[in-house]
Amino acid sequence: MFALDEPQSTPVVQLTDIHHVYGSGDAEVHALRGISLDVGQGDYVAIMGPSGSGKSTLMNVLGCLDVASSGTYRLAGNDVKTLDEDHLARIRNRQVGFVFQSFNLVPRMTALANVELPLVYGRVGRAERRERSLEALDRVGLAARVHHQPQELSGGQQQRVAIARALVAEPTLVLADEPTGNLDSASTDEILEMFHLLAEEGRTIIVITHEPHVAAQAHRVITLSDGLVVADRVTSRTDLVGGRS
Amino acid sequence: MSFFEMIYSALRGITANKLRSILTLLGVMIGVASVILLLAVGNGSAQTVNSAISQLGTNTLTVRPAGGGQASAGSNSTKQITIAVGQQIQAAKLGHVREVIPQVAGSLTVASTSVSQTGVSVIGTTPAYFTVGTNTVATGSAFTQADVVDMAKVAVIGQTLASALFPSSTPLGQQVTVGGTPLTIVGVLSPQGSVGFTDPNSVIIAPISRIQASFTGYGAVSSLTIEATNAASVTPAQGEVEVMLNQLLGITDITNLPYTIINQGSLLQTAATSAASFTVLLGAVAAISLLVGGIGVTNVMLVTVTERTREIGIRKALGATRGAILGQFLAEAATLTLLGGILGVIAALVGAQFSFNGTQPVVLSYSIPLALGVSVAIGVFFGVYPAARAARMRPIQALRAI
Repeated sequence: MFALDEPQSTPVVQLTDIHHVYGSGDAEVHALRGISLDVGQGDYVAIMGPSGSGKSTLMNVLGCLDVASSGTYRLAGNDVKTLDEDHLARIRNRQVGFVFQSFNLVPRMTALANVELPLVYGRVGRAERRERSLEALDRVGLAARVHHQPQELSGGQQQRVAIARALVAEPTLVLADEPTGNLDSASTDEILEMFHLLAEEGRTIIVITHEPHVAAQAHRVITLSDGLVVADRVTSRTDLVGGRS
Repeated sequence: MSFFEMIYSALRGITANKLRSILTLLGVMIGVASVILLLAVGNGSAQTVNSAISQLGTNTLTVRPAGGGQASAGSNSTKQITIAVGQQIQAAKLGHVREVIPQVAGSLTVASTSVSQTGVSVIGTTPAYFTVGTNTVATGSAFTQADVVDMAKVAVIGQTLASALFPSSTPLGQQVTVGGTPLTIVGVLSPQGSVGFTDPNSVIIAPISRIQASFTGYGAVSSLTIEATNAASVTPAQGEVEVMLNQLLGITDITNLPYTIINQGSLLQTAATSAASFTVLLGAVAAISLLVGGIGVTNVMLVTVTERTREIGIRKALGATRGAILGQFLAEAATLTLLGGILGVIAALVGAQFSFNGTQPVVLSYSIPLALGVSVAIGVFFGVYPAARAARMRPIQALRAI
C-alpha cells in the first residue's frame, strides 16, 4: 500500500471526452456524450443524476466492467482502452473495490470465503489471504460472523461484508453503486459512517446515488444529466483538484 | 487457487443442487459401470474359450468318417476307417505324427449297484488316449496295452460320473455295468474343460477291443485322434495324414472325401477371435451409454452456468480472468464425472461377482483406470462448451442477471 499523505502527481481517475453508445442503427443509445473529469487521490465523490442520466454506464466504465466507445480513461495512469479482457480483470482485481446495491455476495459461501475471493484471484497465498480477510471483516465489525453465509446475515451485515471484500485487496479506488439503496435507515447510517471513516483514512471513493443525504456525505458532488456533467460542486476539502468541465 | 481449493470449490458447486448432480452422476456411473462390466463379460467368455483350447491340447487332429459314421452314398470308396487304418498310419512313422489313437464311441446306460445313469458317453480307445491333452488319470491308473490285447473288462471313468455312481465311496476297484457288461474301474479321469453342450466329465473309457466286442462290432471306428509332434506341426501333420488316408482308402476323387479332418486348434482359434470381436462390440455399446452420460453432463453444466450467471458476473467484477472461470466450471464438470466414474467402478466390481448367462465376467485390470480416465476426460470434453460460455460472458451483462 502506498503512503496516503504523499501528494500524487497523477489523478486516480482521469476521464477525457468519454462517449459511450449502446446498440447500433435505430436502437442506438448515447449513454455518455462526452464526459471529462479528474478524481484525485483521497477524494470522496458522489455522482448523482436521474435515472437514464448515464450514472450506471459511467460506473461500469469507471470500474473497468465496460470499455467506453471513445475517449480516454486513465485509471492510476493506465489507459484502459489498450488492455484486453484479462488485463481488465487484473485491473479490477488490484485497483477497484466494488460495493453494489444488491450486495452481490456469492451465495452458499461464508462471509470469510467471499472476502477472500479478490485475494484468490490476485494469487495471494492461503495464510496471508485468511489473515487479511479476517482483519477486513474485523474492521467492518463482523469478526463474530465470519463463518456465516450471506443468507444468514441481515442486509446491513451483507453490505458490510461487501465493503470488507472491496477493501481487502487495498484497491486504488472504491466504487459504490447505490450502496444504501436496499437498506433500512439504521443500516444506511451504519454504511455511510463506514464510508466516512474510509474517506478520513484517505481512500478514494466514488459513490453513485440518487439519494441527496448520501451525496451530502461526499466532499464533492457531480451531477449528470443526459450523459453530460451538468454540475460539479466541491462541498468540502477544497484543497483537492476539482473537475475540468 | 490450489488444486485442493479448486476441488473444494467444485464440490460446493456440485452440492448446490444435489438432485440434479445425482442424476447426472448416475448417467456417468451407468456408462462407466457398463463399459467395465461388458468388457469383463466379453473377456470372461474369451477366457473360457482360451482355457478350453489349452485343455484340449492344440496339437491334435480328429479324423471322422463323413456323413456321421456311414460311408456316404456318393463316396468313391467302399473302404472304412478301421483300427487297421490307424495302425497303418502309425506304422508309416510320418514326420509330424507322434501318435494315432482310434476311438469308438456310443451312448449307453451305466449302473453301479445302487445308481443307474442313462445316455453316458462310452469311449473305447487305446492307452495312448491318456497321454493327449488333459485326458490324464487323476487317481488309480489307466488301462494298459495288455488290457487292450486281452479285451480286459476294465474302465476309467470321468469325475461327474464317478461321484454320481459312487457318491459316498471311492470308485476304484468297484464294478459298474455298461449295457449289461460288468467292468472294473481302475482309474478316475482328471477334470475336463467343456467345449460343447455335453459334460466331458460324464464319460466312461474302456479298452477299444472290449467295446468293439461288446457293443460296436469290428467295423469303422468313430474317430482317429492324431497327435502331432508339437503345436506347430498340426497343419503339416494334417497334410501327411490326408495323403496317407487317400492311399489307404483308395480315393481318386478328392472333391468327395469319405472323411473329414477337424483341426481343433484352428476351430478354437476362430472361436477365440469371435469372442474378441464380441468383446469389442460390447465395449462399443457401453461406450455409447458413456457418451450419452457425457451429453447429460453438458446439459447440466449449461443449466448450471445459466443459473449462476450472476455469480460469474460477481467473480469477474472481483478480478476473475476468463481462465479462472473456465477452470472453475471445468473442475466442476470433471469432479462430477470423476465421482460418477468411481461409483461406476464400484458398481461394476459388485456386478462382476455375478455370472451373466453362464459367463463369469473377468474384470480387465486396465479397464478401471481407463474408465476413470475416460470419465474425467468426458467431464472436461463435455464441460468445455458450458465453461467457455461462462468464461465468455461480459461482466456487466452477467451482473445484471437476476
